[in-house]
Formats: sequence, C-alpha cells, structure tokens
Amino acid sequence: MPAQIASVTGTGIPLLLDDIDTDRIIPARYLRCVTFEGLGEHAFEDDRKQDPSHPFDNPKFQGASVLVAGRNFGCGSSREHAPQALIRWGIKAIVGESFAEIFFGNCTSNGVPLVTASAADLKQLAAAIEANPKAAVTVDLLQQQVRVGTVTVPCQMQAGAKQALVSGNWDFLGQLVDAAAEVKQTSGNIPYLNGYKV
Amino acid sequence: MSSQNLFNRVWDLHTVRTLPSGQTQLFIGLHLIHEVTSPQAFQMLRDRGLKVPYPQRTFATVDHIIPTLSQARPFQDDLAEQMMSAIEKNCREFGVTLLNLDDNRQGIVHVVGPEQGLTVPGMTIACGDSHTSTHGAFGSIAFGIGTSQVADVLASQTMALGRPKVRRILVNGKLAKGVYAKDVVLHIIRKLGVNGGVGYAYEYAGDVFSAMTMEERMTVCNMSIEGGARCGYINPDQTTVDYIKGRPFAPKSEEFERAAKWWLSLASGPDATFDDEVSIPAEEIQPTVTWGINPAQSVGVSEAIPAVDSFPAADQAGVREALAFMEFQENQPIQGTKINVAFIGSCTNGRISDLREAAKVAQGHKVASGVRALVVPGSQQVLAQAEKEGLHEIFKAAGFEWRAAGCSMCLAMNPDKLQGREICASSSNRNFKGRQGSPTGRTLLMSPAMVAAAAIKGAVTDIREFA
Repeated sequence: MPAQIASVTGTGIPLLLDDIDTDRIIPARYLRCVTFEGLGEHAFEDDRKQDPSHPFDNPKFQGASVLVAGRNFGCGSSREHAPQALIRWGIKAIVGESFAEIFFGNCTSNGVPLVTASAADLKQLAAAIEANPKAAVTVDLLQQQVRVGTVTVPCQMQAGAKQALVSGNWDFLGQLVDAAAEVKQTSGNIPYLNGYKV
Repeated sequence: MSSQNLFNRVWDLHTVRTLPSGQTQLFIGLHLIHEVTSPQAFQMLRDRGLKVPYPQRTFATVDHIIPTLSQARPFQDDLAEQMMSAIEKNCREFGVTLLNLDDNRQGIVHVVGPEQGLTVPGMTIACGDSHTSTHGAFGSIAFGIGTSQVADVLASQTMALGRPKVRRILVNGKLAKGVYAKDVVLHIIRKLGVNGGVGYAYEYAGDVFSAMTMEERMTVCNMSIEGGARCGYINPDQTTVDYIKGRPFAPKSEEFERAAKWWLSLASGPDATFDDEVSIPAEEIQPTVTWGINPAQSVGVSEAIPAVDSFPAADQAGVREALAFMEFQENQPIQGTKINVAFIGSCTNGRISDLREAAKVAQGHKVASGVRALVVPGSQQVLAQAEKEGLHEIFKAAGFEWRAAGCSMCLAMNPDKLQGREICASSSNRNFKGRQGSPTGRTLLMSPAMVAAAAIKGAVTDIREFA
C-alpha cells in the first residue's frame, strides 16, 4: 500500500493566474519521450522565457513544494506529463480556486493532493508566501486547512480523492486488478460484449 | 436522482463495484491508445509484472507525432522514431491491435474509432487524450484519461472515477446559413466558460443536434473538454444507427438489428431528469472566431473584441493577458485580422464533411500571397475518400498543401509548426499560448469553411459574405 497522505508541508510558490493549461505547464515538444524523466526542468518553459519574473525562476521560491494557483488550473490536454513535470520540479501539493478534472485525477494517481480555497483566501496565502518565502506551508487534508505562519484558511477536497490519499489507497492499479472476478461478472451483463442478447 | 438519462444508464451498466475511496470502479468497453500517452503506461505494467487481460478491447493507432510530409522510416526526429518503436513493441508484446502507418485504417484516434465502427452507443470509452469526448456523439460515455489511468485500463479494463453530474444543454431552433457545428460548440463554451463544465457530463439535446450529421455531432462532443466537461454526449437516434451500419467492426445482420434496438433504448427519455439545464436559442449563434488564449474567448465574426470592463472583475486579468499576447485591442473588429497560416484538420474538424465544406469555399480561388495553407485529413480513410472525390485537386489548385493523415499543427508535436509570432486561422480545438508549436505563435479557432475563406482573403472573413 502506498503512503497515507494526510498533509503536505513545505515552502510555497504563488502563481495566481487563471486557466493555466497543460500546454503551458509542459509544452508538447517535451511529450516526445517514452519516460517521464527530466521533465522537471521544462515546467512552464515557454512562460518562463516570456516572463523573466516568473515565480518558477525566482530564486526565493526554489525548493518550494506547495503551489498556490488560480482558477481552472491544469485545463486542456490530458497529458500526465504536466503533473509529472511539476512533481519533478518539486511540487507535492497544489491549492487553487478550481482544477480541471483530468489533471486532478492525474495528480491523485501520483499522490499529489489538490485542494480548493476561495479566491480571497488564495490571495492571502500568496501574500503570506511572498512576504516570507521561507515559511512552511501546510496543506492539511484532515483539518481541511492550509496554514502558513499566522494565516490559516479553510480548504476543500473532493471526498473520493481525499479518502484515497488519506487512507493510502491512491494507487488504484492494484485495487482495480484485484477485482478481476467482479470485472468479468460485470462484463457478462454488457450487451455489446455478448452479441447484444439483452 | 436522474435515473433515466443516458449517462446514468450507461454508468450503472458498467459499474463493477464501489472502491474503498467511495469512487466507482467502472468497466471500460473500448480503450483507444496512441504513441504519446501509452509508453509509460506499458512500463508501469512491466514494472509490476501485469498483463493486459482484455487485449481485444484495446486498439492502438499513431497520430500525434506523425510527419505529414515524408513518412519514411526511420523518422528524421529520433525522439518520434523512439515513440513509434515503443508502441510497436508494446502492442506486439501485449497483444494489442495496432493500426500503424502501413495500415490504411491509421489516422487520428478520434477519427479512426467511429470510422471503423469501434465506437457504438452505450459503450464506455477511455483514451489517453482529452478529446476522447468526441465519441460521445454516439451516445457513448467517453473519458479522456492520463497515463496512470491508461495503465489502469490496460491492466484491469476498468478505472476509478467519481460519478459526475449531468447538465443538459438544449439548443432549439434552426441554425442560420454559414453557421456550423464548430460555431455551435464555440458559442456554448463562450456562454458557459472554459470551466463551466467541471464536475459535469454534458448532454447536448434539442433540434440543432437532432438535425446534425454524425460528423457534426463529433465536432460538438469533441470540444466538450474545452468547456471543462470531461464527457459530452448526444442521444443515439436513427442518424447514429445509419452511420454505424456496415462499418468494419459494427455488428452484422441479426446482431445489428438487436444492437440498434438496444442503442435506441438507451436515449434519455422524456421523463429524464438532469442536475442542471441550460437553453441556448439556435438563432443567436453566429460564425464564431476566438480572439484570445482559451476557447471561451471568442466572438461572432461580425462583432468586435469585447471591452475588458465588459467582463466580470475576476476575469479581467485573464482578458488583459490574452489581449497582450495576441497583440489585439479591445473593441477591435476580429474580421479583417491578417493571418499567416491556415490549418484545416484535427480530431475536431478533419473529417470528410469538413474537407468538403472547405473545398467548396476554396474552389476556383487562390490562397492569398504570403499565406501558408495546409489541409491535413484526419485519417487515411478520409484522405482516400477526399482523393476519390477530387477534393485534393481543388485544394492544390487553390494553393493549399495536401498532406498525409495525422494531428499535424493542432498540437505541433511533429514537424508542422507555427514560426515566431505567426497568426493561424485553425479548424483545431485549442488556442492556448504556444499550442501550435511556436511559444509565441497565435491561433484563431473557427470552422473549416471560415479557415478556407481566411486563407483565400489573407484575413479573417465572414463566410456569409464570402464570394
């Protein structure tokens, strides 16, 4: 069983932009690969080239593991290369206003909790991190809080994914394979697998 | 609960069990794979010593990295060649059918599935590609997934998923001339936003979708994900049944009759309930063009780019970012915007009917000087059909390049890319920053007919006034 993930603690990095798509997180040219190795250095590569003040290049945020994001983070392509690039850069948890669903699932499958908070609270978190980038940020799934210094804000997480992480059941592959007999039984009732004899 | 809508019927039929997390273990009837998101998944199976228990339920093709000019192997791009070798080896080793380049059934995965009759109503479908929502056009429930879930489906024929809510989007009335399926879905996304569909499956219903061909329905469902909905579908009807009949993998004779009866029985009934409903009159939909960096940032072609302060306060920073990237001004008309490149193709609009519409526009005209125009069929079957109809001659005579099947410049993982700050009129699905291969390249999404018109005029043109 993989680790139980009830909380993540590390320094923070703010990126309060909305609708950050996975093409921006990892440009498609880096999908020409057969492993996920080495993707970390290319995270946000094109955005970083066009914005010298991009947080991912800012020395004060290096080593951060909690990303504070905006609305609809991770939209677009289903490429798991996007969370893999962020993970390999060092990200272990993301707090945002909302997340695209495929990206959310990809992160959960890799043991990265994605929690949501209000836009106002995200601004407060980002300000606290800006003011003290060395401060520890804690994403606490059980207390449903994100804490940094004296700032504590409430956060939410989709129940199923939260349960999977907290109980150490986020490696779905093993669980799914274990149910082979039930899978076979279900397939026996599906018309298109049985000559449409309903 | 909305027990009589198609989504819930299909979901319940495929439910294996409830997982410890509370999510559903869902049986996947058809798994489609391609060269980009599958190699790591096969490696995950190898690492754990797992096999593919239902290899006949997975089909592979190659599309994203395929060069559309010279397809001689080995490819010039070593990395692309490695990916080709990997999918060939993986399919051989795990017993999966691969529709490779030398197979005339090869093409973009979401063009190939329906074309071959693999996609049918009532199925659950998964593919490591967000545009898997395309297959919902048949009244199947189709999800884009990441690589870990590709491994899950390969190894178990199931995946873990929370049940989404279902929103019905009604578009009643009649579309005006020059308004295509692409305009309908761009308009819906403009209205509901790029994240409006998060947590929902979309059911598209009403006169407009009932009147659409299957290819038009595929265009609509394809872009569900651009509105945040992982899955979008249209209820199966006689149009669906007629499309499937006779396709290579479709059921035959008596089995087909039984199948058709079952397919039609799945449609949401008149008493079906939904978690949410939105109604959009067909008459308000115009030929639509995007002006920004996400697919909701669009206007009718005769409109101006909206003023920043016409957006809700929370959206204004994103609007400013988009205008700065595109180098457009608020209140500027979109019509007349000069283009450098025209791209007709993709899983959204690379089917035969799309090429026919574009060819009608191109016939007897010339691509404007300085504009590079590409037509890339969505599959080898589409290419062959187009050549049979002489469409390639129309395009070539007009100055369009006629290419081999693949994803091409939709995502530019292959040699087809924008250069520098080029602006591309594109029939694809995403206008994200850098999407078409140049980090600073710019994309205007529109229907294939509008792309053809833009290629000829050298600028964004209202198809209703094109002559």
